[in-house]
Amino acid sequence: MKMLWRSAATTAFALGVAAIFGPASPATAETPQYGDELRLVVGSKIPSYDAHIESTFGMIHPIRPFYSVLMRVNPDNPSSPTDFVCDVCEGDVPKPTDGGTKYTFKIRKDVKFHDGTPLTAHDVKATFDKIAFPPEGIASNRQAYFKTVESISAPDDYTVVFKLKNPTGTFLPSVAMPYNFLYAKKDLDAHGYTWHQKNINGSGAFRFVEHVPGSHVKGVKYENYHHKGMPYLNGFTAISAPKMSVRLQAIRGGQADIEFRGFPPKARDDLVKALGDAITVQESDWNCVLIVTPNHKVKPMDDVRVRKALSLAIDREGGSKYLSRIAIVKTVGGVVFPGHPLAATEAELSQLAGYGKDVEANRAEAKRLLKEAGHENLKITLHNRGVDQPYKVVGTWLIDQWKKIGVQADQWVQPTTPFYATLRKQKDFTISLDFNCQSIVNPIADISKFLPGAGNNYAEFQDEQLLKWYDELLAEGDEAKQRAIIRKYEKRVLDELASQFITLWWYKINPHRSYVKGWKIAPSHYLNQALDNIWIDQAEKKRQLGG
Amino acid sequence: MYGYIVKRLLMLLPTLIGAAILVFLLLRLVPGDICLIKFGGEGAYADPEQIRQCQVNLGLENPIYVQFWDYMKGFFVLDLGTSMWTGKDVTYEIGVRFELSLQVAIMATLTSIVIAIPLGVISAAKQNTMVDYVVRGFSIAGIAMPSFWLGILMILGLLIGTQEFMGRPWMPPISFKSIFDDPAHNISQLIWPALATGYRYSAVATRMTRSAMLEVLGEDYIRTARAKGLIEKVIVNKHALKNAMLPVVTIIGIEFAFLMGGLVVTEQVFNLNGLGKLFVESVTQSDYTLTQALVMLVVTIFVFMNFVVDVLYAWLDPRIRYS
Amino acid sequence: MSTMDASPETNTGFKRVRVIDHISRMVRRQPLGTGGAIVIILMVFMAVFAEVIAPYDPEANSFEHMLVAPSLEFLLGTDQFGRDLFSRIVYGARTALFVGFACALVGAFGGLILGVASAYFGGWFDLIMQRIIDVFMAFPLIIMALAIVSIFGTGTDKVIIAITIPFVPRCARVVRSSALAIREMPYVDAARSIGYGHMRIIMKHIAPNVLAPFLIMLTAFLGEAILLEASLSYLGMGVQEPTPAWGLMLQGGAEEYAESAPWVPIWPGLAITIAVFGFNLFGDAVRDILDPKLRTR
Repeated sequence: MKMLWRSAATTAFALGVAAIFGPASPATAETPQYGDELRLVVGSKIPSYDAHIESTFGMIHPIRPFYSVLMRVNPDNPSSPTDFVCDVCEGDVPKPTDGGTKYTFKIRKDVKFHDGTPLTAHDVKATFDKIAFPPEGIASNRQAYFKTVESISAPDDYTVVFKLKNPTGTFLPSVAMPYNFLYAKKDLDAHGYTWHQKNINGSGAFRFVEHVPGSHVKGVKYENYHHKGMPYLNGFTAISAPKMSVRLQAIRGGQADIEFRGFPPKARDDLVKALGDAITVQESDWNCVLIVTPNHKVKPMDDVRVRKALSLAIDREGGSKYLSRIAIVKTVGGVVFPGHPLAATEAELSQLAGYGKDVEANRAEAKRLLKEAGHENLKITLHNRGVDQPYKVVGTWLIDQWKKIGVQADQWVQPTTPFYATLRKQKDFTISLDFNCQSIVNPIADISKFLPGAGNNYAEFQDEQLLKWYDELLAEGDEAKQRAIIRKYEKRVLDELASQFITLWWYKINPHRSYVKGWKIAPSHYLNQALDNIWIDQAEKKRQLGG
Repeated sequence: MYGYIVKRLLMLLPTLIGAAILVFLLLRLVPGDICLIKFGGEGAYADPEQIRQCQVNLGLENPIYVQFWDYMKGFFVLDLGTSMWTGKDVTYEIGVRFELSLQVAIMATLTSIVIAIPLGVISAAKQNTMVDYVVRGFSIAGIAMPSFWLGILMILGLLIGTQEFMGRPWMPPISFKSIFDDPAHNISQLIWPALATGYRYSAVATRMTRSAMLEVLGEDYIRTARAKGLIEKVIVNKHALKNAMLPVVTIIGIEFAFLMGGLVVTEQVFNLNGLGKLFVESVTQSDYTLTQALVMLVVTIFVFMNFVVDVLYAWLDPRIRYS
Repeated sequence: MSTMDASPETNTGFKRVRVIDHISRMVRRQPLGTGGAIVIILMVFMAVFAEVIAPYDPEANSFEHMLVAPSLEFLLGTDQFGRDLFSRIVYGARTALFVGFACALVGAFGGLILGVASAYFGGWFDLIMQRIIDVFMAFPLIIMALAIVSIFGTGTDKVIIAITIPFVPRCARVVRSSALAIREMPYVDAARSIGYGHMRIIMKHIAPNVLAPFLIMLTAFLGEAILLEASLSYLGMGVQEPTPAWGLMLQGGAEEYAESAPWVPIWPGLAITIAVFGFNLFGDAVRDILDPKLRTR
């Protein structure tokens, strides 16, 4: 693993597609303009301001601009998941020493919190202590990512040292996660560890002005931001708009400038058709995937033939071509983010059940398996989450796919809270549509989703072989060997056991008003949301919106 | 009279307490655990220890009767607690949305009055003519048409219309500003939902105006006025309308109470940050404290509005016995 | 509580009129009501013969025909999954009618039983029943329905439960006030003194006499249930894909692509409006005929 990230750090590989369409070619460097405000629409809610305990873009989009992090994905090259740069650290991202177990960060001396307190190494240490070693009774959502960290220390005001128990390639990507907001030690000392859930004191590009619950969050330019010359905007407003149609119409009707999650292609086409060069479109593969999750403890999902038949029925190629026009999914892939060196090639994929090119043959095989299992007229209920994009759209498509092998399915839709309660607590579903969605692309950590017994695996099955291979994978340093193990692991999950199966990977499309400049799309809607490099072409905005 | 008022007031109590119990029980039946979603987030791994801690913090581990006692106590000392989802005071969460909901309710009520009274009067004056049928058809269509659909059509019409005639598309603002801060922004956002729901609620009021007018027009003093040769217009406008207003005011008052909490669907279409949207969010998130307080607010407004209407009725109309 | 007092009084002296008379009277005196009846008949026809009328499978995806405008091939156009809207609307009538009649019948019958029992037995039973009804009636319909859907989950059968529960007390309130008047009639007293059992008195004397308010509530519920189902489905808390249902058809892609494909949101909304319009016209006519206080008008 160590080897992977070492090599990766030097050979930043291009991932999937990350493209910009529209009149403003990113190649022609324009001089950023200062001033004006950005209006973004956000489709989810803010549970609290403390990113250490949250995991939704609903809080990242409006709150992240108020905070700095230790390091982040390169805002000028966010499509590469291994191109990290310093935010409050100084110089380049540090290389590990002591056989890969020690990372030493130098901290900039010009960073100040919005209340005027200088940011020092002690604040960084206090922050990561809160994330990695939360005291009894204090929540931390990503504690598991820092299991290898032995200790964090601040030998002087501007140096932070992370000691690891063993070398690991997942450490730097974990540090670069956008959730690791830096808090002031004095705030933690004075107000306790839950203060940041309701209060904001960061060192990011924008200062917090107001949050009207359910309505909007407002931020204003922070004059003492440590990246000199930035931010360009005078401020931003993040408007809450849970319905996708409202977000679309807001951009269309000039009530918002940009949305950072993603729209389906049909919506993109409508916007471009209606507004022409007033819209810039950015697209990228997306590190999220919908996973069909059968409950192995419930009949007939205990029968591998039934599970495999359901996977064989899915025409992934066709879905990629047609369903992708109305849903935010597109890319055919296995368990690893497509385009990553560890991902299966097309030839490798075609060996797996349901990935073969001949759809009719797949479906004939599916029917044969169902017959053999004695479930020729199978009736099932697909458990799904009450979110349109992409869950319900993909669910409707899946039901139609299954109908083609004679399986009658209906849909049981639950809002997010009861949906997860069903997966985690009641466990009374037959087959469900779960998802995996991470910020930094980190395949070895990400594919633990398919491990039996993993905290976020709801398929209710046991398999010694998978556990053994995953342990081998964690201990393996060589990329080619890692790849080989992952292939075995992938074949077992998707084919031999069909314990869970992949539908399509998401595809991120961000059409925005063309006067919004400087923002580049990343393979995750969690990444590159500091907003410090965004600026607005005001003459163009005036031309488009008037006034 | 006072005896009647006191008696009516006392009768509110069992209703409110019953409603409080009903809400409490209903919510406890909703599957789902706010802690699971708070810490599991979107597919992330949830540490069981953290979930337990969250449940302890929110008081979800207490036996149900303890939770019930805390909840009922809250009503009497007017401490509604904090939202389980945001950790903010319930009164604050509701307060933020209240102004918008109140304003839409007032504007929709005004719209419905403006539509209902003229139509109801015309319809009664021209009873069983083509005009009467058209008016009745129009108002029944108001009840039949889902107001969220009307809202969808409005936004669609605005986008296409402004594009056609003004050269650039426009849609109503999607974030709320108080009418005192930015009246133009405020009105241009709220007028559309007010029209969509006002039309719907005008239907019942139109019917009530019509039947009240018909009743009054059949009474002796109107016949006398006609016999005296007064012009029909004067009779209708001056004499009949005044006396027919009582039941109309009643129905409008009750509708207003419904509008305060019942705009659940329309708020979605126009992205309004009102009480209805808050209700949908809090109930699907199993945010017990917030849902309970919200429902009790709507129920209280409704029950109280009914009380006011009853008392007014009794006061204005001497024929009603205070029994 | 006086929620129902707002609607015209429905409590005294209903005569029993033969069904045939109702119909002929209606056609002559209720042109609007007759129009409503025709809409209902058409809808029932659509629902019953959906398989014959609909040219396509309402659930089959066909991406090569995605969002096609109305044409001879697809009379009302297609939706984002390439499904024929006309076929979905025809089958949607089945869903709407099923939900409408199930809710209205169960709700009104439940109300009838509770209302008559409450009036007949009186005393403590009546008092407690009335307080419980007060509580239920203090909730706006949609809020009560949403809370119940949150408990039972979504889907056609659950939606029926969610809509029926708040209907019961509404009907019970109206039926009770009619039944109260009958209970005091001398012939009921006479029947009691002869020693007739409760069941016989209720079935023979009380139930027939509260039939009018019962029918009025039943017809009023029909339109209301269809509208509520549409609202719940639009919120994503009602009937679920791929079942064809009108409210559901207004949600998601219908709104998102409304500008380039306006036919997707327009037809289902129109279907709801016409259906509820028909039921309301019919309901009004039934009320006019059965309610003697309004009959003169």
